[in-house]
Amino acid sequence: DKRIRVSQPLTRGPSAFIPEKEVAQANTADERTNFLVEEYSTSGRLDNITQVMSLHTQYLESFLRSQFYMLRMDGPLPLPHRHYIAIMAAARHQCSYLINMHVDEFLKTGGIAEWLNGLKYVPQRLKNLNEINKLLAHRPWLITKEHIQKLVKTGENNWSLPELVHAVVLLTHYHALASFVFGSGINPERDPEISNGFRLISVNNFCVCDLANDNNIENASLTGNNFGIVGSLSELEALMERMKRLQEEREDGDTSQEEMTTRFEKETKESLFVVSGDTFHSFPHSDFEDDMIITSDVSRYIEDPGFGYEDFARRGEEHLPTFRAQDYTWENHGFSLVNRLYSDIGHLLDEKFRMVYSLTYNTMATHEDVDTTMLRRALFNYVHCMFGIRYDDYDYGEVNQLLERSLKVYIKTVTCYPERTTKRMYDSYWRQFKHSEKVHVNLLLMEARMQAELLYALRAITRHLT
Amino acid sequence: MEKMSRVTTALSSSALTGHTMHCHLDAPANAISVCRDAAQVVVAGRSIFKIYAIEEEQFVEKLNLRVGRKPSLNLSCADVVWHQMDENLLATAATNGVVVTWNLGRPSRNKQDQLFTEHKRTVNKVCFHPSEAHVLLSGSQDGFMKCFDLRRKDSVSTFSGQSESVRDVQFSIRDYFTFASTFENGNVQLWDIRRPDRCERMFTAHNGPVFCCDWHPEDRGWLATGGRDKMVKVWDMTTQRAKEVHCVQTIASVARVKWRPECRHHLATCSMMVDHNIYVWDVRRPFVPAAMFEEHRDVTTGIAWRHPHDPSFLLSGSKDSTLCQHLFRDASQPVERANPEGLCYGLFGDLAFAAKESLVAAESGRKPYAGDRRQPIFFKRKLDPAEPFAGLASSALSVFEMEPGSGSMSWFVDTAERYALAGRPLAELCDHNSKVARELGRNQVAQTWTMLRIIYCSPGLVPTTNLNHSVGKGSSCGLPLMNSFNLKDMAQGLGSETRLDRSKGDTRSDTVLLDSSATLITNEDNEETEGSDVPADYLLGDAEGEDDELYLLDPDHAHTEEPEYVLPQEAFPLRHEIVDTPPGPENLQDKADSPHVSGSEADVASLAPMDSSFSLVSVSHALYDSRLPPDFFSALVCDMLRFYAEQGDVQMAVSVLIVLGERVRKDIDEQTQEHWYASYIDLLQRFCLWNVSNQVVKLSTSRAISCLNQASTTLHVNCSHCKRPMSSRGWVCDRCHRCASMCAVCHHVVKGLFVWCQGCSHGGHLQHIMKWLEGSSHCPAGCGHLCEYS
Repeated sequence: DKRIRVSQPLTRGPSAFIPEKEVAQANTADERTNFLVEEYSTSGRLDNITQVMSLHTQYLESFLRSQFYMLRMDGPLPLPHRHYIAIMAAARHQCSYLINMHVDEFLKTGGIAEWLNGLKYVPQRLKNLNEINKLLAHRPWLITKEHIQKLVKTGENNWSLPELVHAVVLLTHYHALASFVFGSGINPERDPEISNGFRLISVNNFCVCDLANDNNIENASLTGNNFGIVGSLSELEALMERMKRLQEEREDGDTSQEEMTTRFEKETKESLFVVSGDTFHSFPHSDFEDDMIITSDVSRYIEDPGFGYEDFARRGEEHLPTFRAQDYTWENHGFSLVNRLYSDIGHLLDEKFRMVYSLTYNTMATHEDVDTTMLRRALFNYVHCMFGIRYDDYDYGEVNQLLERSLKVYIKTVTCYPERTTKRMYDSYWRQFKHSEKVHVNLLLMEARMQAELLYALRAITRHLT
Repeated sequence: MEKMSRVTTALSSSALTGHTMHCHLDAPANAISVCRDAAQVVVAGRSIFKIYAIEEEQFVEKLNLRVGRKPSLNLSCADVVWHQMDENLLATAATNGVVVTWNLGRPSRNKQDQLFTEHKRTVNKVCFHPSEAHVLLSGSQDGFMKCFDLRRKDSVSTFSGQSESVRDVQFSIRDYFTFASTFENGNVQLWDIRRPDRCERMFTAHNGPVFCCDWHPEDRGWLATGGRDKMVKVWDMTTQRAKEVHCVQTIASVARVKWRPECRHHLATCSMMVDHNIYVWDVRRPFVPAAMFEEHRDVTTGIAWRHPHDPSFLLSGSKDSTLCQHLFRDASQPVERANPEGLCYGLFGDLAFAAKESLVAAESGRKPYAGDRRQPIFFKRKLDPAEPFAGLASSALSVFEMEPGSGSMSWFVDTAERYALAGRPLAELCDHNSKVARELGRNQVAQTWTMLRIIYCSPGLVPTTNLNHSVGKGSSCGLPLMNSFNLKDMAQGLGSETRLDRSKGDTRSDTVLLDSSATLITNEDNEETEGSDVPADYLLGDAEGEDDELYLLDPDHAHTEEPEYVLPQEAFPLRHEIVDTPPGPENLQDKADSPHVSGSEADVASLAPMDSSFSLVSVSHALYDSRLPPDFFSALVCDMLRFYAEQGDVQMAVSVLIVLGERVRKDIDEQTQEHWYASYIDLLQRFCLWNVSNQVVKLSTSRAISCLNQASTTLHVNCSHCKRPMSSRGWVCDRCHRCASMCAVCHHVVKGLFVWCQGCSHGGHLQHIMKWLEGSSHCPAGCGHLCEYS
């Protein structure tokens, strides 16, 4: 009966959140996407992630190129290992979509099937990655040079630095991609290839939450659409109004420095509420039984499944210093280190970050010719803020002004506990905005998260080196 | 004092003294700047902002500018600069985007003077005008540069780079109105301070961010830039287009670059990541730094020459929280450790050699290496008196050209292709190879082969129990007792050059004849006829590992052969002198073994047409007393092999090794053998002699070598439906999800060996098809094609 459940995706099309026609429209005429898929896709077909991302072809190219490079091109790690690391990373967020995908690829590239029985069956060396996988996924700020030292310390199972960097890039990439998968409600692939016995039952993904919350998707989206249409119109206007005001304020802006400092603190603190209030929301009549089954299935790839995101501001007694973005930036430091140890990936990631940060169509919902820089920066920095990365030159008051509460809830869920994302969350923010714009948001969140994790990991490696 | 002229400062520089020294700071530094009096340095960082006095023996903290209860972000400095006209004036760039000026002349504890909060993002760089007291320039992450007049509250003008973040801004030292700015996207722009609307000039200098730039202090047009791409480039800006005049490749991204005073071609660099050293480069010698300072334990973040006219004092601040003064005379000089000799092979075998002139001069009396008979061509570098380096000017380059043709390795190719390594009696192999060598004009090699033959094939030395059957048969020539069966057409066969054309029919009859006339048992089905399968009286020639390709060499060999010595031939009814090495038994046996013979006639004609057996010699072993122990010569032979290998003729070593087989193998250690094999195979593959290389691999007895044939052989297949390569598994296409190869008999996917008819392209499991075609001659797919399986 498992099979039957699999073959019933909740909605048709690549995403459970986005109506099929939205994606399909964009896709049909898109030669470019097809070309990219042929060129860079490892599975050789247009999977659901690619379909959804192809709403932003420009970005898709950078994404596929870098992903292809880290999975298929010259690199210090053997191919099956790369896929196994991807599985380990995706498993931290119980992302069965990515796990299934890479289980297939793992076997195709000649991986040892036995490994798929769980971590117990893999070489100690891979098992050793667990610790940083766990930390990177949930609390990257805890990574220290001791973790790195432990891995590279000479011995039987040691990692060389290039290998480690490759692994870190893969881990962060797949953590972030899991965020995208859940955030965009990616459906399981329509026709799973020949079943190899290691695939997970795909029904669980985000769908459990959906089943629990919005028992009827069609209904939910309908209500979502009709509901606040009046309210959201004015919401949009208000947002634009605020953006304009902020812009003007900046011209003559004069906030005291102390004010600025406290705003960051406030923002990190406030993010505490954001989801703690909502956890209740996401598991109302919790399907715990089902949940347990899922975890046991996925948990063979992870250790310490209970370890999760903990609010950066709540750390209390240990009181780790905030990560000053200016002291270790991607452009100045991260890039050089990555590129040195794992050549060329730096350029690809650099291009990808640049691309996602500067991607704009100068539109907001129905309005055109809008400078969205401010909004994009707010999204990017808010994600970093949740991982304790602080920009000296950013006024965190802007986040409050620009990102409404429902959006914050969504951002926090997608970046910190993506597996809890529901369609309701996705629908509840920015109701006037196009789906492609919401996908754009997801891309920003994904890349911001990846960069944050990378920065912490690379900083630890740099410290190990000096 | 304010108007102290350059001349006087220059004079005072001679008085500058000090040592290499360092002092510990409380926090990592981001930037440093020197006061014009060369006696004070300011250090700025995220949580440090102090002025130190540089004294004879040490740094002394003079002033802490970081005051106030709660340090604000305005004090978190990304950059600091000290005015070169006014000793009291400093400016800092804060990470939160504020530009702050400081007036040391203020009586209060807080020296903060003005605050400019115009930039939206981190300010990366501030720069005072070199001769104007009140003009300050800033460059920020937000892509704007702003020019401030310190007498006013806000900026005078804003310059938009139309791009992401400005990384550095520098006023030109010579041109009053000009400044340069560098950008994250690799561009460098030149601006006129009076024209904020657009830049005067823009060009792409680096791949990736340009972190820094510095105008040459004397040369008006020169600008040095350093980037994340690990390069330092020097641009000549006086020309129409900015021209790259020098380029230095460093080992890490370049964070700062500073021209060295009074040394026209020197500049100092430090890196932002990984590399902690400071280098001073001579831009004309871009591969070896002129000097290197290795004091810091973490990346160097700021460098400054202590005095604008003194080239020997360099100050630096670092992330490791130290401030250092480096003395040029204490610097380590990598040049001294560099190897001044260089050697390189050209594409066509030319050899270039560069060495110190003195060395070459001493050497030139001798003849150059005998292999290249042409006189070397010498290039001598002209001495440039302006050049300061000693080592460079005196080196000479010699180039040894290959004699035309001498570089050709055709002898190697020919030899490889024509040598016979197995499949025939030893004596024959030796003779053949000797002949090949002689024809190629390699007499020594030819002689060696001949000697080998004499050593191992002379009657007395034949071991009575031969390890190698091929040898046994080969040695038969030396045995006095031979039973030979002359076939009916033997004479014709021998005498005629057209033996090649003999048809299979003859063979057939021969075999029959043999069977009847001789007591020889030939088991046609026996795939591997070992000596033991044969009655003891008859030794059938069957070399282990003989194969058809080798066998192909036989005919011409048999004919052109010149016998080296006279054999005892009493038992032979001599018709032809060639009979000394009768290939008969072997050939016959070969025929018998070959499925082609028993199978289709056409095959025989095409594949093994040359010598249907015409004679059969079977040898009964006569026991001999060896006059010399069989391994009497082995030591010598081994030495000989080593000699050839040493000489570079690994071909000879390996060939002999293979031909002699067990006789010498045990005397040479496995590793050496493996090494020879590996080098020879490598050579063969470079010449695309795949067949020969494969044969050598096959004949090698070394396990490591023979397993080469079983490794990394990949066969790529394309899907029959969508024509895409099937990358992962050979039987299912990733794209169209179809199974590519179905068995026409059982209709299952074929995952192993797939055999198909070239006529109708249907096929399936090897076993199934074989079975099917035993019973039917039609295609199992039902297409009606008459398939053949052979």
